[in-house]
Formats: sequence, structure tokens, C-alpha cells
Amino acid sequence: MVQELFLGKETASQTAGPYVHIGLTPNFSGISGVYPADLGTGLINAQTKGERITVSGTVFDGADTPLKDALIEVWHADAAGLYPSPSEIRGTADPNFAGWGRFPSDPATGLFSFETIKPRPVPFKDGRLMAPHISFWIVARGINLGLNTRLYFADEAEANAADPILSRLEHQSRVETLLAKPDGVGRYRFDIRLQGPLETVFFDI
Amino acid sequence: MSDKPGKPQLSSFLPRDRNWHPKALTPNYKTSVLRSPGRAPIAFDNTLSEITGPAFGHAILGPLDNDLIHNFAQAGQSAIGPRIIVHGRVLDERGRPVPGILIEFWQANAGGRYRHKKEGYLAPLDPNFGGCGRAISAVDGSYSFRTIQPGPYPWPNGVNDWRPAHIHFSVFGSGFAQRLITQMYFEGDPLIALCPIAQSITDPRALAGLIAPLDMSMTIPMDARAYKFDIILRGQRSTLFENRLEGN
Repeated sequence: MVQELFLGKETASQTAGPYVHIGLTPNFSGISGVYPADLGTGLINAQTKGERITVSGTVFDGADTPLKDALIEVWHADAAGLYPSPSEIRGTADPNFAGWGRFPSDPATGLFSFETIKPRPVPFKDGRLMAPHISFWIVARGINLGLNTRLYFADEAEANAADPILSRLEHQSRVETLLAKPDGVGRYRFDIRLQGPLETVFFDI
Repeated sequence: MSDKPGKPQLSSFLPRDRNWHPKALTPNYKTSVLRSPGRAPIAFDNTLSEITGPAFGHAILGPLDNDLIHNFAQAGQSAIGPRIIVHGRVLDERGRPVPGILIEFWQANAGGRYRHKKEGYLAPLDPNFGGCGRAISAVDGSYSFRTIQPGPYPWPNGVNDWRPAHIHFSVFGSGFAQRLITQMYFEGDPLIALCPIAQSITDPRALAGLIAPLDMSMTIPMDARAYKFDIILRGQRSTLFENRLEGN
């Protein structure tokens, strides 16, 4: 026998289910009057510093069918590479930047879309810069544990090549699944595939 | 780093135990079959992008946000069903309180019916019940809300599958890597053992962590019973003697 470590275990995950919108975007789901507005609908306002972009995409299942009941949350740094978080101690992020957003996929088409600014690089643990990226967290019916991935920008080839996480992927052909493609001025397309030969790289963070 | 609220955190979170959580592919829960990634997720130690996360102040809360009995009801009315209080603490794996974090919850009404366009169960809607609420954990990590006990309901998986009564929880931590969604079940519900979603968790200790006991110590006599549901978020690696690399 040895001493107890007294370490707890994280509460186990369960699927967000088909009615996640009731809880996380009630106004979107038609439940009005409980909260004045849904949380996370806007990352930026007119004063936010940085290059405006719109990101759109669809989450596809293993039969190439869009998920129409998915919910995406995003988290990214501001135009100076700072996070608007109490855990950010390198400086103060743009007060007009939320950093976090929450977007349901369209119940008819499965498309999600949001406006934000292009983030600037954030340092990796060893000081090297990570390429500009947006952290994604995806939940839906049928997803037992929320999926983490990152959006990188296809038009940041040099930064992507030096990115400490992208460059360590054994299967370099899969980097492509993390790249948002330019889709018109200021617009990017980022589709997420849960299965198949083009399955998005998901991270165990 | 510190258990003082508001103190910045810089160390990585302890890794997620993927044998403790349900696997992505749990064929008895049929929807997971086409929605489960087939490849191993790529692990890397937390960076600033995972250690940081959004914070929500008390300013977002309305007075009825943690009262589902009244937050959708007409004036002077209340939701129908067994009145309960759900309370507990948000802790990390080291047992430290996690204060100031947003907890959101949603549920079916007492008949097992959700207020949602895609819901077709024949049980009626309750005109005084919306089904959503939220709270922010206090300095000691505690939270509570008032609601009605949701009913069990059938769902299209097998021909005769029923969800045990449950309340969905969404929880933030101090870092984006702690983001968690789960479900709270009720002590003594025989449907838990029959439910493909609850049983997607294979470790009985992990499932036990989702089952709230009746807590007569918090019951309000002649008003509402109480159930206790503690939520444990990923703890942080200790910073003692940690290599201090540039950027860390």
C-alpha cells in the first residue's frame, strides 16, 4: 500500500445531443425572453483592430452529409497576438475584441459562418511563433466528446511551414485539412470532415 | 499556479483520460457511427491557445437565469413538475474550487418534451417552461439553480430506447482546453443502465460521477427536493520546478 494521491478525475463527457441550441443559443432556437441575446454571436465591433475576415464552412459526417445540428465554438488571438483572457499575462488584448464566438450550423444547410479579424501569431512554449490560427471546438448529436481542431490560413504558407504543430504532423498530407482556403476578398472556407480520406486532423489537447 | 480567483494560469492542463470519457465510436449509440473520427487525435502539450479562455462576468446574468421554474413563465405562473434544486461545486482534479466560470444547463420538461422545432415526442409542451438556464460559480466554486425534474423520453435509436431523466450541462474553465459538455442523471433511475448514451461511458466510476444523489440536507421543506452535482474540470500541472522555457 502507498499513500493516496487524492487526484480527482475530470467529469466524463456526454454528447451535446440534438437540442444543444436550447441551452447554448436559445434565441436562435426560438426560445426568446429568457436571455436578451445569445452569447458569442459577435467577436468584433466597429472599433476592433485588425483585418476583417469572414469564415464559413460545413461539418460533414462520414457519408458526406452536412451536420445541420452542430455547434461550433471558436477562440483566437487578437491583431496583436494577445488573448482576451484573465490567463493572458503578456499584455492586454484589444478591449473591442471578444476572442470567443459560438455559432450553430444552419438547420437547413449545415453552413456555419462568422465574422472576425485575422489573428496574429502567438508564441509556442519554446518561443517559436505559431502561425495565425483559430481554435475550434465542435459538439453535436453523435459526438461523445467535443472535438478540438485548429483553422490555419492557406495564404500564410511561410508561417504555416514554420508552425511547431503543423510541422510535426507525421502525415504532412493531412495539413491540408487544417487550412482555410481564400474564397473571395476577406473570405475563407473551412470545411470539417469527421471521417474519410480527408478526415480533419483533430487534436488531443 | 495559485488557487486565488483571478490569478493568471500558465501551466498546461493535465491530459484528458480518453479511456475515462466515452470513446468517439460507440455503435449502440447509432449516430456516433458516422460522426466519430476514425483517426487518432494528435496530442500536443497545451500552448497559450489552450491555456487561455474566455471569461464571463456576472453582468450577463439576469435575476431569473438560474430559475427555470420562472424564467420562461408568464407573470404569476410557474412550470409544472416536481420542484427541485440542483446544486454543487465546480472543482478541478486537484480538488481546488474553480470560481467565476459560466455553467449553462438545458433540459426537457416534466413530461420529457423539449421546446425545440425538431422534437416530435407526443408529450405536451409546458407553456411556462423554456428549458434553459445559467449560473456563474462563486468564489468557493459553488452554483445552484431551481428547476423541475425533467421526465424520461423515448428517442429514435433502437425501437424502444428511452433516455433516463437528465439535465445537460455546458461548463467553461479558465482555459479553452477545459471546455466540457455533459449530462447529469438522477440517483435511482433504472433507465441509466439501459441507455446507450449513458452506457457510452464504460468505466462505472466515470458514470457514477454523472449521477446526482438526492441531498436532503439542501431540500427546502414543503417546496423543493435537492440534488447535488459536483463538476470536476481538468487540473493543472504543477509549476514547481517546471522548465521555464521562453514564451512559457
